[in-house]
Amino acid sequence: MNKVSPFLVVCALIFLAPAAQAKLEVVATTPDFGSIATEIGGSRASVTTLAKPTEDPHFVDAKPSFIVKLNRADTVVEGGAELEIGWLPALLDQSRNPRLAPGAPGRISCSEGISLVEIPATLDRSRGDIHAAGNPHYMTDPLNAKIVAEHIANAFCQLDPKSCDTYRANLRKFTEELESKSAEWEKVLAPFKGQRVVAYHDTWPYFARRFGLNIDVFLEPKPGIPPTPVHLAEVISRMKAEHIHVILVEPYQNRKTAEAVAADTAATVVDVAQFPGGVKGTEKGYIELMDYLVNSVAKALSEGKK
Amino acid sequence: MKLEKVFGLSSVLCLSAMPLAAQETNQVEQLRKQLQQLKENYEKSQQQQRDQIDALKKQIDALGQSQTAAPVVESKGWSPSQAITVGRGGSAYMNVSFDALMDVGGSTARDPSARLQLGDHDPIQRGFSLRNAEIALDGAVDPYFKGFANIVFKLEKDQSTEVELEETYLQSVALPANLQLKAGQFFANFGRQNPQHPHTWAFVDQPLVLSRAFGPDGLRNIGGQLSWLLPAPFYTEAFLGVFNGQGGTAFSFRNPDGNHGRTPVDRGLRGPGDLLYVPRIASSFDLTDQQTLVVGTSAGFGPNDTGPHSRTEIYGADVYWKWKSPKAMAGFPFVSVQAEALYERFGAGEDVTAALPLPAENLRDWGFYSQVLWGIKSRWVAGLRGEFVTGNDGAFDASDVFRGERTRISPNMTWYPSEFSKIRLQYNYDHGQLFGDEHSVWMQVEFLLGSHAAHKF
Repeated sequence: MNKVSPFLVVCALIFLAPAAQAKLEVVATTPDFGSIATEIGGSRASVTTLAKPTEDPHFVDAKPSFIVKLNRADTVVEGGAELEIGWLPALLDQSRNPRLAPGAPGRISCSEGISLVEIPATLDRSRGDIHAAGNPHYMTDPLNAKIVAEHIANAFCQLDPKSCDTYRANLRKFTEELESKSAEWEKVLAPFKGQRVVAYHDTWPYFARRFGLNIDVFLEPKPGIPPTPVHLAEVISRMKAEHIHVILVEPYQNRKTAEAVAADTAATVVDVAQFPGGVKGTEKGYIELMDYLVNSVAKALSEGKK
Repeated sequence: MKLEKVFGLSSVLCLSAMPLAAQETNQVEQLRKQLQQLKENYEKSQQQQRDQIDALKKQIDALGQSQTAAPVVESKGWSPSQAITVGRGGSAYMNVSFDALMDVGGSTARDPSARLQLGDHDPIQRGFSLRNAEIALDGAVDPYFKGFANIVFKLEKDQSTEVELEETYLQSVALPANLQLKAGQFFANFGRQNPQHPHTWAFVDQPLVLSRAFGPDGLRNIGGQLSWLLPAPFYTEAFLGVFNGQGGTAFSFRNPDGNHGRTPVDRGLRGPGDLLYVPRIASSFDLTDQQTLVVGTSAGFGPNDTGPHSRTEIYGADVYWKWKSPKAMAGFPFVSVQAEALYERFGAGEDVTAALPLPAENLRDWGFYSQVLWGIKSRWVAGLRGEFVTGNDGAFDASDVFRGERTRISPNMTWYPSEFSKIRLQYNYDHGQLFGDEHSVWMQVEFLLGSHAAHKF
C-alpha cells in the first residue's frame, strides 16, 4: 500500500520540474553575447548559443532545432544591426514565441545603445555586401561589451525581478574585471599606436579604434567579395611600402590566402576570432578572448619591430 | 466760483500727475535696462550654447573621422550609377525585392517544352527564356499578422507577358498554444521543394515527379493552413492545409485541364468534402553539431474533375540531410542530400463521350528524385540529380506527357558571384518511353534586388 505509483512520480516530476528549474531561459545568437549573458545570468539563467564560435555569423544555418530553442526561450540576445539578418528572422517567425516579438522585453537587441561606425550614406551593393545599419562587429571594443552587459542586466532584471540583485551583482563583478582588464589591454597595445594591420575582412574597426591601431587594409577587395590576385598584389605592395607586418585571419576565413600574402611580405599571420572559443584558449569567455586578441596582436606587432 | 473750483481742482490734479509721470518714466527706463540686461544675458547664453554645440559637433566629426576606416561613408548626391533604394530593412513598413531568372541553352528536342521541360519556370525553348521575374513584398501587418505577396511575370514564346499572383497570404504571429495560421493564396506545404520559390531551387528545372503530381506550377491554391509546433524535445511540426483545390495550380484535383483524356465535369464545390486537404508532419534532428536531418511525410486528398465522385490521393515522403563545415565561410563548404518520393492514385471517372470510351479506373503514378549538392569552396556548388517517374496503369494515352516512364540525370555547376546573383550550367540527359533519348544544356542567370529574405533551412 505504501508503494508510490510510478505514474504519480512521473506526474509529480512533470509538475515540479518547472518550479525546480525556474531559470531564465536565454538564447544568444553568437558566443560573444552568450558569454556575457552567462556572466550576468550566473546560476539564475540557462544560456544556449546558436552560432558556433568558428563559423561566419552572417551565414548560420537556420536549423529547425533552433526553432524549438527559440520557442521555449524567455529571451533572445541578438547582435542586431543586420548581423543575423540572413537567418534569425525566419527562425523567429517559426518559433511563434510572443516573448521574443520586436519590442517585447524578451527581445534584447544588443546594438541598441552602441554607436555604430561605417554607416553607409547610400545603400549600394556594387560596393560589396554592406550593412545598412553600420558595422555590426562591435563587440571587439571592451567599452561596447560593458554597454551590452548593462543592457543585458537591465533586461534580465525586467524579465526576472526576483533575481535582479544577483544580476546586478554579477554585472558589477563583470564590469569591474572588464575595466581593470581594459586598462591593462590599452597599456599592452599602447606602444603600437597608429600602426597599420591588415585583416581579411572588415571585422575590426571597433578594436582598432579602441586601441589606436589602423586596421583598414583588407584582403577582400570589397566586403564579402573574395580576394582577387589584382587586389592582393595591391595589398602586398602597400604592405611592403608601409612596412605592415601583421595579418589578422578568423577561423572561417581562408588562411592560405593570408599565408601567401605573408610569405611575400615577411608578415605574421595572427589567428583571431570575434567569438570566445573561436581560437584555442578562449573558450572560457569574453575576457579571455579579449586577453588573447590583445596579447597575440601585440606579440605579432613587437616581433615585426625587430 | 464753480469755475474757479474746477480750475483749482484740475491744476491740483495736473500737479499731482507730474511727479507720477516722472516716476513712470523712471520705471520705463529701469524696465528698459532690465530688458537690455536680459537680452544681453540671453544672447550671451545662446552664444555659449552655440559654442558648446560647435565644440560637440567638432568632437563628433573628429570621432567620426577616426572611426570610419572604410571609404564606404560618402555623401555625394545620387548618381546614375548608384542603385536607387526603395525600401531598406527596418526603415520601411515593407520589404521590397525583385528577382529574375533567365535561361539560355539548347536541346536535341526541337520543342523542349512539349515533353521535356514540364515545369512552368523551366526553360521552354532553344535559345533564351525568361520564366520567372518576381516581385516579393513582405512585412509586419500589425502586432498580429505578417503579410507576404509574390507577383510573378513570365515571358511566353510569343514574347507576351504572363502575370500571376503566385502567393498572397497573411500569417499569424501571436496565436497561443504554438499554433500558426496562414491564409490566402500560397504554395501547399507538401514535401520539401513544392513550397520553395524557383530562385531557391538547386537545379534549372522542376523535378519531374513534382510536375506530374502537381502540374507545371506546383501545388498552390487559395485556402488556409494551421500548423502546430509539437512540444517534443526535437523539432516536430504538424500542418494541415485546406484549399479550394481548383484550377491548374491544383493540377490533379478539380482541374478542367489535367484529366488524362477525360472530358471534365463541372462538379463545383458541394461541401467540405470537396475541398483539398494537405496534411504534413516534419521532424528534424541534429545528428552532430555539423549534421542536420529533416524528414517529412505529406499527403493531398481531394476530388478531381473526371467524374461527380472521383477523387485523387497523393502521398509523399521527403528527406534532407546537410553537413556544413564548423569553419564555414559564407556557408561553404557543405554537402547536402535531398530526396522526395511521391505516389499518386488518380481515381479517373468513366468517359463514354470520348472517341475511344474510357472506363472508370485508378491511374497509379509514382516517382522520385534525389539530389546531392556539394558546396566545394566559397561560391561554388556542384550538383547531381537523378530522377525516375512511371505510371503505366490503366489505358495509357501516348499523347499524355504527364504519364509514362521517364528517367533524367542532371549534373550541374553553380557559381555565386555574391549572395545576390548566380550563374548555373546544367546538362540534362533525358530518357522517356514516349521520346527515347534527348540531351539538353541550359545556363541560368539570376539576380536579386532589394531586401534579402532570411533563408529557411
